Amino acid sequence: MSVEPALLAGETAVPPPKPGLAGRLARDGSIIFGAAVILLMALMGVTAPWLGTKNPSEINPAFRNRVPGIEQTIRNDDGTARTFTYRMGTDSLGRDVYSRVVYGARISLVIGITVAVISVVIGLFIGLVSGYIRWIDAIAMRLMDGLMAIPAILLAIALVSLFRAGLMSVIVAIIVPEVPRVVRLVRSIVLSVREEPYVEAAICAGTPTHLLLFRHVLPNTIPALIVQGTFVCASAILLEAILSFLGIGIPPETPTWGNIMAEGRGLFRIYPHNIFFPGICLALTVLAVNVLGDGLRDRLDPKLARRV
Amino acid sequence: MLGYILRRLLATLPVMLIVAVFVFLMLRLTPGDPAAIIAGDNANSEQVSLIRNRLGLDEPIFTQFFIWLANILHGDFGESFFFKKTVTELIASRIEPTLALSLATIMIAVTIALPLGVLAAYKQGTLIDKIVMGFSVLGFSVPVFVIGYSLIYLFAIKLNWLPVQGYQRMADGFGGFLQRLILPAVTLSVIYVALIARMTRTSVLDVMNEDYIRTARAKGQVEIKVLFKHALKNAAVPIITVIGLGVALLIGGVVVTESVFTIPGLGRLTVDAVLARDYPTIQAVILLFSLVYVLINLVVDLTYTLFDPRIRY
Repeated sequence: MSVEPALLAGETAVPPPKPGLAGRLARDGSIIFGAAVILLMALMGVTAPWLGTKNPSEINPAFRNRVPGIEQTIRNDDGTARTFTYRMGTDSLGRDVYSRVVYGARISLVIGITVAVISVVIGLFIGLVSGYIRWIDAIAMRLMDGLMAIPAILLAIALVSLFRAGLMSVIVAIIVPEVPRVVRLVRSIVLSVREEPYVEAAICAGTPTHLLLFRHVLPNTIPALIVQGTFVCASAILLEAILSFLGIGIPPETPTWGNIMAEGRGLFRIYPHNIFFPGICLALTVLAVNVLGDGLRDRLDPKLARRV
Repeated sequence: MLGYILRRLLATLPVMLIVAVFVFLMLRLTPGDPAAIIAGDNANSEQVSLIRNRLGLDEPIFTQFFIWLANILHGDFGESFFFKKTVTELIASRIEPTLALSLATIMIAVTIALPLGVLAAYKQGTLIDKIVMGFSVLGFSVPVFVIGYSLIYLFAIKLNWLPVQGYQRMADGFGGFLQRLILPAVTLSVIYVALIARMTRTSVLDVMNEDYIRTARAKGQVEIKVLFKHALKNAAVPIITVIGLGVALLIGGVVVTESVFTIPGLGRLTVDAVLARDYPTIQAVILLFSLVYVLINLVVDLTYTLFDPRIRY
């Protein structure tokens, strides 16, 4: 389920917690925890071939639907035998679930980070321009209102149905619902910053608009964008998993956590391991990104922290 | 007030128009001739041109849009390619499960989330507060289908208390209807509880230092009444706003939950329609859900006056 930090933006002021050593530790603790888990997952994805895995797409019809921990003796051509342990069992095509889960970290993180970066860049551009140029604002904001009226998952599902299934179409389908939220955020910052004396001074000094936006307005949006970016990342990882799980995301032979779970749906009653292992990885990763976002918000954007 | 309602209703028109344009362009942007897609693989060229004529596909694109829009405003969403029924019939037959699931979810979520949020605010900074907030972050992070399958595994397979999947119409027996509704509704309510509890906590904390809270306590009001009557009521506006905005999450969750629990509702219909590339159905479902979302938030805006008489329109 997608997290919508924009929903929380409306929350109003709370008395800030007492700043103390314990409080600070707790605050940075969430950044450390979040970053550590994400790094671990990234490491797992990068080093997947060396983690005792086999080809995640290799089908083994003779060894389907085995429970976690089962061993198979493989005879090599030269007569020697070795055993391979299926740590998380096999799915209904005999593929090694452990290998698929390890490789699945790659897709999730790539999608999360790509969507976050692209959405933030596009949203930043539209938000800056529409916060500063009135006639563009009128058009852009109506368009964003329209896009935001369609629930995010539904919009992504609709977009996926337009393209051929694949990594790129999933990324595009997730970016489109995320962009309006970034635009709203950037625009609101621009609108408040443009009243600041130093911006007015820059206008009086005859600074050209593009330079004004780039040099004086843009830096104000960075902390909020870093925070928003992490939430977009969490939301994108979840959305990809949902699309894959529903069978309309990335092609099913690609090992993604959503696909592994989609594959395990049919035989869930007998072999729940196909759902639980990728589910735990997915939940842990999204939790880490969300916790990191919360920690970064407290750190970088105290104004927002007081609100949420 | 009436003037405000009218103005707000008018303001939703451009939003819905943009949604309609987007949904209209969907079918036009797909590669291939929509008439050929609708006619199917076995149609001859005469049938295709007949359909093209009926849909007005020979007209310029603007005219096409208005023909399409006029049809929709008359309740005619066209014919489903896949289910071989009119889309209107199709949707009508799928509304009950979705409506039942959504209403049950909202009821469960509000009943759990409000006391949780108030409790967290009352015990601010304590372990209870941290647990509630931790649960809230967790609720945002665990995908709805993982929650769904975990609950099925625990309550249906291991404990055998509830049916695993499926849906029973209310007309076919209320007991069975309720039994099959509990697990999906609880599943779907988790993220909603997380959202509402978090907002309730923030919002209640916000009013706890107000004079009227001190006054209520000073006159000897019972603490529980101070919290739920004085604090919660004054904190209501942001909470109701987030309940309204959360409907977007709910709609997204319905799509997934109905797939997990094999409930024949609108969410399942959406997925089936996408898998079958059944564009008229996809269009209709998106328009319908977006309209519901926009209207619910309009109603939410209007209820502000009930909770906060200072807000006048």
